[in-house]
Amino acid sequence: MRPILMKGHERPLTFLKYNRDGDLLFSCAKDHNPTVWFADNGERLGTYRGHNGAVWCCDVSRDSARLITGSADQTAKLWNVQTGQQLFTFNFDSPARAVDFSVGDRLAVITTDPFMELSSAIHVKRIANDPADQVGESALILKGPQGRINRAVWGPLNRTIISAGEDAVIRIWDSETGKLLKENDKEVGHKKTITSLAKSVDGSHFLTGSLDKSAKLWDIRTLTLIKTYVTERPVNAVAMSPLLDHVVLGGGQDASAVTTTDHRAGKFEAKFYDKVLQEEIGGVKGHFGPINALAFNPDGKSFSSGGEDGYVRLHHFDSDYFNIKI
Amino acid sequence: MALVRPGSGSAPPAKLRWGELEEDDGEDLDFLLPPKQVIGPDENGIKKVIEYKFNEDGNKVKITTTTRTRKLANARLSKRAVERRSWPKFGDAVHEDVGARLTMISTEEILLERPRAPGSKAEEPKAGGDSLAQLGKGGAALKLCRTCGKKGDHWTSQCPYKDLAPQAEAFSDKPPTSDAATGAAGTGKYVPPSVRAGADRTGSDMRRRNDENSVRVTNLSEDTREPDLLELFRPFGAVSRVYVALDKNTSISRGFGFVNFVNREDAQRAINKLNGYGYDNLILRVEWATPRTN
Repeated sequence: MRPILMKGHERPLTFLKYNRDGDLLFSCAKDHNPTVWFADNGERLGTYRGHNGAVWCCDVSRDSARLITGSADQTAKLWNVQTGQQLFTFNFDSPARAVDFSVGDRLAVITTDPFMELSSAIHVKRIANDPADQVGESALILKGPQGRINRAVWGPLNRTIISAGEDAVIRIWDSETGKLLKENDKEVGHKKTITSLAKSVDGSHFLTGSLDKSAKLWDIRTLTLIKTYVTERPVNAVAMSPLLDHVVLGGGQDASAVTTTDHRAGKFEAKFYDKVLQEEIGGVKGHFGPINALAFNPDGKSFSSGGEDGYVRLHHFDSDYFNIKI
Repeated sequence: MALVRPGSGSAPPAKLRWGELEEDDGEDLDFLLPPKQVIGPDENGIKKVIEYKFNEDGNKVKITTTTRTRKLANARLSKRAVERRSWPKFGDAVHEDVGARLTMISTEEILLERPRAPGSKAEEPKAGGDSLAQLGKGGAALKLCRTCGKKGDHWTSQCPYKDLAPQAEAFSDKPPTSDAATGAAGTGKYVPPSVRAGADRTGSDMRRRNDENSVRVTNLSEDTREPDLLELFRPFGAVSRVYVALDKNTSISRGFGFVNFVNREDAQRAINKLNGYGYDNLILRVEWATPRTN
């Protein structure tokens, strides 16, 4: 396959997200402009101007009308996907990190980093249908975990919120009461910062990637460990194929160590693993830096990776990918 | 191709001036060019566009552009996605100039690189005798005793059968044959080895055959000795000679050597397998010692 290279960002990529139809790809980077691309040919559709800091995460509503972004400028913003117009700004006292729309797009979860004496927090916001009615108040604020919360996503039926971050613990919270329901078993859990989290299409399980050079597959309800995928480098990004039983891990050595070593030694590959057998299927090379973001097209026929090198690489799979046998 | 101006009686200028080019030469020369030709796309999606142009020097140039058109994604888009296709650009994308080349298709073909060849897992047990396959499998298999040939048990220096092992006679060019010695003993007269009973009288023949099955190994590390080479090549078949070139003065390896095989097929297999093989952190280059005539 010949990947499509998209060089719209001047700084390292942080997050990639496809809309539900799989025709748009949203990219976030440490430069201040989240960007939307056509996911088939990689043409740039537009940028969302307004943030004043690195953009860490984004989510798009099911109807592809709204975009929410979380940024280091201590805000999370709602955008009109079509026009790039800012609809609303949620202000925080510390940098916003992860954002996620609930099923139905009526709620959004936003995490904030620990900053000065503030500890990290998970905010639940109500999203109004009409942006004019939007209010900034949080419906719920969850506190407790130490360190950054790198990802927070909604659990089944919006009943729970799953969070993971620097303290390497995965937590399940009640989204109504804010009670901590579950923590993962320390014995089998990650040993270092969890950098990424990806839900399966049906929402029955999710995958976490960690700097401890592994990725783990968990049951979303019971939080039991299902599978572990071990690699050679810290995992910065994970994705699950919606079509085949494949998981993709992206990573590479620490960004600070990149300049001191040969790029071939960095293992800047997107590694494919068989989800069930936990066996490596192959690697897709190309980035000149660690992979920070991975996303699978909802049709499972293409995936994109975003790297520390500022490039988004969009890969449409060759037909032989679909009948790889272990 | 030189430019020839038809019609005008005056001799064509050797070179066009850039000033002229702009105004008049633009139109009146273009009709001279053959029309643009589009071939394909064929079943492989290869499309050829042949255009003719004048370059700066006024010479006609033929430009053949070969492109491969292919379907990027199965176009089963939802109605809304089709609608989104026609959305106007916004943000920084509005002022995007064509030359910005934000989106490019990689010139490099990227493959999903398999950690091992597909289907090789099934073959691995079958190739159990191949010590190379086992070498790659991990530390235990690397532990190969050169004295007794046991794998994964101990290192050569710790071999418990060290004393029992015969001296490495296989390394000498020709193993001494005992019956040759007895043949000469009867007369008590010196008989050159080549005419002794049982000796191979076709010495030159043999040499030639040996040369044919001789494999040159280059990019050896300095520490590689003949026993190491033998160990490396023995799995492929009977080896008749191993030689590592040493510097005469320093007796340090010069980094290349020769291995002679008894069978040509074995040699070919060794070349196939070991050329490009990483040995002692160097990539070996293994090839026929003499250029093959056939």
